[in-house]
Amino acid sequence: MRWRDTVRTATEAVRTHRLRSALTMLGILIGITAVILTVGLGNGAKADVRDQINELGTNILVVSPGSTTDSDGLRGGFGSASTLTTQDAAALASADNAPDVQAVAAVTSSSVSLVNGDTNWTTTIMGTTPSWQEVRSREVTSGRFIDQDDVDDAALVVVLGPDTADELFDGGNAVGQTVTYDGTSLEVIGVLEELSSSEQTSNNDLAIVPESTYAERLVGGSDRNSVSSIYVKASSEGALSAAYQEADATLLNLHGITSADDADFSIATQESILTAASSVDKTMTVMLGGIAVISLLVGGIGVMNIMLVSVTERIREIGLRKAIGARPRNIRRQFLVEASVLGLAGGLLGVLLGIVGAVLLPRFADARVILSVPASLLAIAMAIGIGVVFGVYPASRAARLAPIDALRNE
Amino acid sequence: MSAVLELHDVTKVYAAGELEVKALAGVTLDIHEGEMVAVIGPSGSGKSTLMHILGCLDVPTAGTFRLAGEDVSELDEDRLADLRNRHIGFVFQQFNLLAYLPAWRNVELPLVYAGVEPHERHERALAALGQVGLANRAEHKPGELSGGQQQRVAIARALVTEPALILADEPTGNLDSTSTGEVLDLLDALHRSGRTVVLITHEADVADRAQRVIQIRDGLVWQEPDHAVA
Repeated sequence: MRWRDTVRTATEAVRTHRLRSALTMLGILIGITAVILTVGLGNGAKADVRDQINELGTNILVVSPGSTTDSDGLRGGFGSASTLTTQDAAALASADNAPDVQAVAAVTSSSVSLVNGDTNWTTTIMGTTPSWQEVRSREVTSGRFIDQDDVDDAALVVVLGPDTADELFDGGNAVGQTVTYDGTSLEVIGVLEELSSSEQTSNNDLAIVPESTYAERLVGGSDRNSVSSIYVKASSEGALSAAYQEADATLLNLHGITSADDADFSIATQESILTAASSVDKTMTVMLGGIAVISLLVGGIGVMNIMLVSVTERIREIGLRKAIGARPRNIRRQFLVEASVLGLAGGLLGVLLGIVGAVLLPRFADARVILSVPASLLAIAMAIGIGVVFGVYPASRAARLAPIDALRNE
Repeated sequence: MSAVLELHDVTKVYAAGELEVKALAGVTLDIHEGEMVAVIGPSGSGKSTLMHILGCLDVPTAGTFRLAGEDVSELDEDRLADLRNRHIGFVFQQFNLLAYLPAWRNVELPLVYAGVEPHERHERALAALGQVGLANRAEHKPGELSGGQQQRVAIARALVTEPALILADEPTGNLDSTSTGEVLDLLDALHRSGRTVVLITHEADVADRAQRVIQIRDGLVWQEPDHAVA
């Protein structure tokens, strides 16, 4: 018997029992959709991390107060102890101490409520220096960024993030307007360019004031020299580890600490922070992956169940085929191909539904889905494989039927 | 004339639980090329078992059975399937047509398993349908045909491989008298054109069509009366 005829026979059987075939496919379809979306979500999360690193610059170090014993920089008192000061930032900016450091920006931040007339918006206000713009590689779309004069004068000026400006000024022009914080009026002198693909809204929703303004006229605090974190930009990506060493040594020296284990600060790269953040996505991927595997298993059992029903129901057909010359292997192949056709169809429809899901999901959830062609092909192959694996038992049962018993069956 | 079918002291024993049932108790029989033979006998006589053995659907427990000179007893399942495919055309009481295929696709089925080219299959299937007078029904599905027509499609399917033997098991059992006549006329015509036909039946008037009637009783060829007696 030719393969073409085997395939035709199998597809005819699938088409003859449309509803049953459709229901059988459903299990595999759901499983494959889950696989496609899981991989897509994983890819999306990875791409987000990559984009953020690219946007923020791979050559950035973040110095945070508080000790840490973990190299990923997230453990320990993250910003809990005010051990970093503007002096530390100044030391890091010095070419003598850290020749591989290009720019340094100390940041002090807190969550505050800004008011424009009746509009009220809670955002992160950050006190920093003009170097922040260089360190974070951010552009200003309208107006200007804070300059050294603003810092020297502790000027009542603010640069808003694009989202913040939209919220407070309802999409209108913000530059030249004023916003109020706790009774103090601040002039909006600029709006930052939007970071498009960023998941972290904090990049687009923020308000930047000169560090002097922050410390002396707005938030204050017990120690006006302490800062929340210091951003350090290495002169190049290659110089990152050198910059790391220099920053570490400079701060240990400045704080009079002899052992690195006793450090009252921690230094993290952007990459390590984002990797840690993406572990949350990993958990979700594992969970969805589990659902995918389970539904594929259930789908496979569905295929087996239906194939067994099909063998029983078509026992006379099998008997006839054998009587007129079908070898056992012809019958086995017919049912195996039938099962894999069900798998293939389920797989194709699953990928299709996955694509639909990839389009719809980002509209309802804060998720980015990037479909992968190799993963989709693999998923289809997997669906066929499931059909074959779960079709083996029913098919060999059909092949083993004695023709006389099969024909005698009423 | 050479014998197409040669049975020598064939026995068939079925195990039914603890019991052993002797369905055939030593049958010796020759059927020659071009003969039309009727096998008659009451139910339980062993005629179905004989038909299964003649059709290579089952192998004897003991004794030898030669089909077209080939000893069948020792063949494995694959070889038996090939033998059925090449040498035997089956006609069943229940027609056994596949409902989802049009008539010509049912007829070409044995050729599919023989590995014949699709184009040639189509031609030969249409030719076989022409022989049974259903050339104009080739595209009809079995459900759209009368019982008699369905059995004629089944006969066309039996013919299409040009087998040495046409084995008809109660071919008229499910048909009215008109259709019965048509089907028997067709088997008659096949016989006259030189084919070997074995007809298994319990109806005397069906057996009347045969040259030779073999009566089976209790697993033995009880008598082999000549045509006139039956």
